[in-house]
Amino acid sequence: MNAPVSHNPDSDAWTTPLDQLDPSHPARFQNHTMWPYFARLRRDAPVHYSTTSPLFGPYWSVTRYKDIMTVEVNHKVFSSDSGYGGITIRDRPKDLRLPMFIAMDPPRHDEQRKVVQPIVAPGNLAKLEGIIRARVCRILDGLPRGETFNWVEHVSIELTVQMLATLFDFPFEDRRKLSFWSDCATAVPEAGGFIDSEEKREAVFAECLAYFTNLWNERVNAEPRPDLVSMLAHGEATRNMTPREFLGNLILLIVGGNDTTRNSISGGLLFLHQNPGEHAKLRANPGLIESMVPEIIRYQTPLAHMRRTAVADFELGGQRIRAGDKVVMWYISGNRDEEAIEEPERFIIDRKRPRQHLSFGFGVHRCVGNRLAEMQLKILWEEILRRFPAIEVVGEPKRVFSSFVHGITELPVRIPA
Amino acid sequence: MPHVTYIEHNGTEHRIELEEGLSVMRGAVDNGVPGIDADCGGECACATCHVYVEEPWLAKTGTPDEQEASMLSFAATAQPNSRLSCQITMSAALDGLVVRLPEAQH
Repeated sequence: MNAPVSHNPDSDAWTTPLDQLDPSHPARFQNHTMWPYFARLRRDAPVHYSTTSPLFGPYWSVTRYKDIMTVEVNHKVFSSDSGYGGITIRDRPKDLRLPMFIAMDPPRHDEQRKVVQPIVAPGNLAKLEGIIRARVCRILDGLPRGETFNWVEHVSIELTVQMLATLFDFPFEDRRKLSFWSDCATAVPEAGGFIDSEEKREAVFAECLAYFTNLWNERVNAEPRPDLVSMLAHGEATRNMTPREFLGNLILLIVGGNDTTRNSISGGLLFLHQNPGEHAKLRANPGLIESMVPEIIRYQTPLAHMRRTAVADFELGGQRIRAGDKVVMWYISGNRDEEAIEEPERFIIDRKRPRQHLSFGFGVHRCVGNRLAEMQLKILWEEILRRFPAIEVVGEPKRVFSSFVHGITELPVRIPA
Repeated sequence: MPHVTYIEHNGTEHRIELEEGLSVMRGAVDNGVPGIDADCGGECACATCHVYVEEPWLAKTGTPDEQEASMLSFAATAQPNSRLSCQITMSAALDGLVVRLPEAQH
């Protein structure tokens, strides 16, 4: 029997027989003991079949950078289609699966993605830069001094949710609904939180869909505008979506714009706290923010994996993957692969090729918002350095119970008065 | 050795000698030409080594394959003469090649 949460992961990871190894349990990600299991797999079984998961059924783990890239670019063999189970390790009940363009294959994926892609075109990013900077300044200037507060709540969530509200042109005073819906969409029922059943999740989704349907109706009859709801309402490939498909794409855009950057914002602060040498380097040369930002995103890997389903037999790393098999690309492991990245275990803010990481995925599903995410982090760090000589991390981080969202829920910090 | 001229979006030109068999992306990255990100390192998987091939060279550089065309179709700044420079391999026939860089890579 494979114990999901071992008392001694460092030895357990190396002694558990390979055929009983299951790196996917959310508890391991919450208590951050998953690392040695991935190190073991990279060394001993880089393409590994697990049959012992109590939550997710049998699945392949792909843990090396190079093999992950092979899966990424072979979308004809490795399907993202929600009909096969979509893009996460968990198989939701068939009737509850949401169609969304990340969980579609070309050509339908391409058509829908192109509708929203202009939101992050260079011209639009330049426009957003000023807005982001003004908001970052306001958020940072409003932080308490000389007392302990949760950085995640006050900065990471607030900043990303404001950004998302702008992208949707969503009523600003209601913006926390967005992070609530995002958290509900990714919540693992076994965590025992608010979303403890699929029924509860569906109820929240219904609320989200109703709210956005109002926005859609208001915009579909108006002139096209550069916000995501208007773009979907007017886009040729999206204007006739079913309500379920509209909801799916909303959830995709909400989670994509929320949970990811949020956790890189939190992670960055933690990594600099854990690496005082790198922090000193940054303070001495703020120009390093440019290369630090992608390093934060690699080191955090805010989405631990993406899943595909093989639609044909495929030979990978000497293993025969069969049509129908679930294949999990562990980005969090590929980003620690010593064969692809020099000293991958270290957080180094001036790497030569910092953008060579898997956190955004590669191939046709590569993150739409990757440069926007980087821009938010860059501006945040520029303004932090301008204001605060120090932000002290005064307690241990609390993490999300999930093997998909690799996130931080609490990070107690204190800004000296 | 054959050479490539990279013209940045702001007009700055870089004349780079490039060994045959290497990609046009490599020539930019290894010589610090700004404006080519090449996040995926040459796997045709990210579209951040996007260039515009100057008209006289279009026939010689060929046309994008399916994967490249698909990646390019997501680039906001794509034009009919867009290519991913990791997919153009240097050869004697391409000596003198001129490529322009887009406003930004995405």
